[in-house]
Amino acid sequence: MLSNSLKQILCIAIAWAFIPIYSNAIEATPLAADPALEAKVLDIAVELRCLVCQNETIAGSHADLAIDLRNQIRTQLSDGQSKKEIIDFMVTRYGDFVLYKPALGPRTFLLWFGPFLLLFFGMLMLFKYARRPASELTISEGDLNAARALLHKDTTKAP
Amino acid sequence: MKRFLPLIIFAGLCVVLLIGLSLNPKEIPSPFVGKSAPTFNLPVLGKSQESFSPEQMQGKVWLLNVWASWCVSCRDEHPILNQLAQQKVIPIVGLNYKDKDSAALEWLVRMENPYILSVVDAAGNVGINYGVYGVPESFLIDGRGKIVHKFIGPLTSALVQNELLPKLAQLNSSTK
Repeated sequence: MLSNSLKQILCIAIAWAFIPIYSNAIEATPLAADPALEAKVLDIAVELRCLVCQNETIAGSHADLAIDLRNQIRTQLSDGQSKKEIIDFMVTRYGDFVLYKPALGPRTFLLWFGPFLLLFFGMLMLFKYARRPASELTISEGDLNAARALLHKDTTKAP
Repeated sequence: MKRFLPLIIFAGLCVVLLIGLSLNPKEIPSPFVGKSAPTFNLPVLGKSQESFSPEQMQGKVWLLNVWASWCVSCRDEHPILNQLAQQKVIPIVGLNYKDKDSAALEWLVRMENPYILSVVDAAGNVGINYGVYGVPESFLIDGRGKIVHKFIGPLTSALVQNELLPKLAQLNSSTK
C-alpha cells in the first residue's frame, strides 16, 4: 500500500510529465535562435505585402506563403544579402505590388498624389460656391410689404 | 452647364470607381511575362532518380502548371488539363508545389494524369522563384524559354478558348 503523500507526489509527477505535450501543441513555431537576425527579418517583412491576404504584410500574415517568404528573407540575410538586395529579389518575382509602400515614380504618381489633388479641387470648388455673392436674391416689393406687416402686427391680439 | 459641373464630376468619379470594382485584385501582373523562365533542376514525381529542368523543353511551346493535391481549385481545373493533353494541344509539365509525393501520385491516379511529367517542389523554392502565390498557376513558355503568359488561378474552357489557343496560334505562326 502506498501512503497518501506518496500518491500525491506520484499524481503531480504524472501531471508534470504531460505538460510538455500540451505546451508543444500550443506554442508558436520557434523564432530564429538569433534575435538580432529576427529583428532584421521583421524590418524587411513589414515592407512586403503578402500576396495571399493582400492587406497584410508578410510580417503580419499567417498565410503559408508569408511564412515561406519570411524563411526566404531569413536565409538570404544569413547568406549576407542586404535589405535592398532582398527587396529587389521579391520585386523581380512578384512585381511592384509586393511593396507595401509603393515606390514613388511616374507610374505611381497618381497613387501618391491623387487624393491630395482631389482634396485640392474639392476645396477650390467649395470656396467658390461658399463665397458667391448673395445679390442674386431678388424680392418683390409686395412680398417685402407683407413681411413688414407681419413684423409690426400687434402680437398681443393674436388668438 | 456650370450648374451641372458637380454632377459631371460625380459621374466621372463613379465611372472610375466602377472600373476599379470590375478589376480582379487577385490578378497581379507577373513581372516575368516577356522574360526567360527561371531555371531549376528538380526530381521527377514518382521517379526520384530522374530530374527535369526547363532547358529540356527547348524548341517546344509548353505549359508549366503549378498544382498540388491539397489545392481545391486544381480539382476544378484538372478536367481542362486532361482535355488539353488528350487533344495534344500543348505538352504540360506539372510543378507539384509543397505536396506529399504519395498524395500527389494517388491524386494523379484518381484524376488522370495530363502531364508529360511532374517535378517535385516540396519546399516551394522554385515556386518562389516563379513568383507563385496561389495554386493553380500556369506559365505559357515558348521555344526559347521565354514566359509568354501567366494564368493565375484555374484554367477554364473560356480562358483556353480566348487566351491560350490564340496565343498558341500566334506562337506557332511566328516560328514557322
